[in-house]
Amino acid sequence: MKLPALLRLSPRLTPYVLLSPFVILFCVFGMFPLAFSLYLAFQSWEPTSGLSAMQFVALDNFAFALQDEWFWKSLKNTGWLAVASGVPQHLVALPLAAFIHTRFKRLRNGVVGAYFLPYITSTVAIAILFSSLFSKDFGLVNQGLLALFGGPPIDWLGAPENIKPAIAMIVFWRYVGFNVVLYLAALQTIPQDLYEAATMDGAGRLQQFFFITLPSIKPMIFFGVTLSVIGGLQIFEEPFILTGGRGGSDQAGMTTAIYLYRMAFDFNDFGAASAMSWLLFLVVVVLTWLTNLAFKPRP
Amino acid sequence: MTDKAGSPLRRRGWLALAVGLCATLAQAQARQVLTVAAYPAVDEIVKAAIPAWKKLHPDVDIQVVSREFADHHTAMTTALSTSAHLPDVMALEVGYVGRFATGGGLEDLRQPPYGIARFADRYVPYALAQATNRKGAIVAAPTDIGPGTLLLRTDVLDKAGVTEAELTRSWDSYVAAGVQIKRSTGAYLLPHARDMKDLLIRTGLRPGEGLYFDQDSQVLVTTPRFVRAFTLAREIRRKQLDARVSTWSNEWSAGFKRGTLATQMSGAWLAGHLNNWLAPGTRGKWHAAQLPEGAFAAYGGSFFAIARGATAANKALAWQFIQLMTLDRTQQLAAFKSQDAFPALLSAYDDPFFDLPIAFLGGQPARLLWREATRRITAPSVHKQDAFAAEVIDTELDKVLDQGKDIAVALADAARLLEKRAKR
Repeated sequence: MKLPALLRLSPRLTPYVLLSPFVILFCVFGMFPLAFSLYLAFQSWEPTSGLSAMQFVALDNFAFALQDEWFWKSLKNTGWLAVASGVPQHLVALPLAAFIHTRFKRLRNGVVGAYFLPYITSTVAIAILFSSLFSKDFGLVNQGLLALFGGPPIDWLGAPENIKPAIAMIVFWRYVGFNVVLYLAALQTIPQDLYEAATMDGAGRLQQFFFITLPSIKPMIFFGVTLSVIGGLQIFEEPFILTGGRGGSDQAGMTTAIYLYRMAFDFNDFGAASAMSWLLFLVVVVLTWLTNLAFKPRP
Repeated sequence: MTDKAGSPLRRRGWLALAVGLCATLAQAQARQVLTVAAYPAVDEIVKAAIPAWKKLHPDVDIQVVSREFADHHTAMTTALSTSAHLPDVMALEVGYVGRFATGGGLEDLRQPPYGIARFADRYVPYALAQATNRKGAIVAAPTDIGPGTLLLRTDVLDKAGVTEAELTRSWDSYVAAGVQIKRSTGAYLLPHARDMKDLLIRTGLRPGEGLYFDQDSQVLVTTPRFVRAFTLAREIRRKQLDARVSTWSNEWSAGFKRGTLATQMSGAWLAGHLNNWLAPGTRGKWHAAQLPEGAFAAYGGSFFAIARGATAANKALAWQFIQLMTLDRTQQLAAFKSQDAFPALLSAYDDPFFDLPIAFLGGQPARLLWREATRRITAPSVHKQDAFAAEVIDTELDKVLDQGKDIAVALADAARLLEKRAKR
């Protein structure tokens, strides 16, 4: 069947038309917000007065952000959470992947699926579930601890010293499976002959892990760590929901992403919030670059 | 079929379609629609008022856009900032009225075609003051208010041998009564020491003074008002009289059900929530009193506002609708009876409904008490950094209560943070 001339595409236009759905969506939901937030970072804006109420203030917002105690506090919280949830992810995922790779044959997909499940579950559902698990008087966690060790119930989400560990546990639990999948994929690419040769030469299991497995999957470790660095610095949903959107007592669970959200939507300061988001972006860039340096092959 | 043969036919088809579209449009234009954005239970109150509105304006439909509380206010913030998708009338909770009043997004209802000043003496004075910004503009009309009250568990009090007068005479006697209640029944005096701080920083305000900032944006958090609030809150915590649970948490509602919370300072509306879903099983065991030491404070309240960027042609009608909702005695009373929305309209206050006993409060005609309170409440003037200031003060109070931080140091730290923001 021949299409009417009106509907027929010229070969010159075809690639653009086929690309356009992505490009349009990306411009609307990707490029525009980026450009707008960069523009906002240099403006003072009382948002409820409308777009015309913006005033150019040069670098004021950045100067304010850098002198703001709470911004630094939020960066410290974010760093703490990124390390406490990120490092164990890899320290557990690597050996776990190696274990699953060598020990599970037929059951492997099922086991990997079970570990991967938290990753594809909605963050909101997870956070709500954990906020009831961590409940001080009625939560399962405290009931379990009480049965095992006794003692007074722990105020997981109310006491400032407990909020960060509680959040880190959830983030760890959520992403460990994702890293297992990454490492499993990498493990499968290592040729079996290497291990056979090593066995012939008398290398033990541990030696094989450290001298064959680890070097072979280094690119994947780099990839996984980079994702963890970027993701860790942008932690938002888990602490946001667990602390009722406020960052918790003494702002102990207030990450930079939460703080800049609150600056904009709770404290009505979109200019400073945008400036902070760009400062956070700079931190992400620098840390990603450092990660890159650390994993660069040395001559 | 060739193009040539098809064109007259096709043209006729287009023509028919165009005529049809025009007819539909004309029909739509004949029926004017007023959109009202609201949150629960204001949306129910608006829906219930539609028949009365239709009697006045048979050809104007009301379309209610209802969202959950937080979603509604986020949507309104977004709509105001972009001037897009603005409703003709928006319901706003008092905290947001204060925030929006500092910007320029809402119509000043004193200006024509509105002229709310003519009706100013018909509203509860403090409610109108809440909608008045520092320049004197009135940006919203109050529809319901939340006079503060002290709800107490009579069964717990009886068991402890504490009288209502002892609880309310002064803050010191309130604390002393709390000690006795804790000792003899094990129940906590109140959910959180923070609740008491929130009330104490609102009492003893000079007219025109803000909560955290004065007229010239000077920070007020080191004043005796805050020192006393922090000192009493710390005393409550040291004597272990608060259950350390936050409002609306699971532990909070469980405390009411189990009778481990002896008192709660809140808006009068909390009695309705307790009765309906928080702790219906405790019916008859509660009593309402004025707040301790002659304190009077407002907890919540709803308003109607018109956005500056809303459809200009509908603004006069929107104001008519707001008048129906806020200045019509019948509507105000209907909302009071069906949704516990305490009227903001003074002429509703002589209704016999106020004298009726409330079963949940053991047959006490508590509305009379609350009516009295509405006349004594004053509204602090609003500053645009109030939301941030509240957060900072809560944080410093946490440090005082949990980490034993010195009160003077805590308040000085808060002042230092707020001074940096005051003029932003």
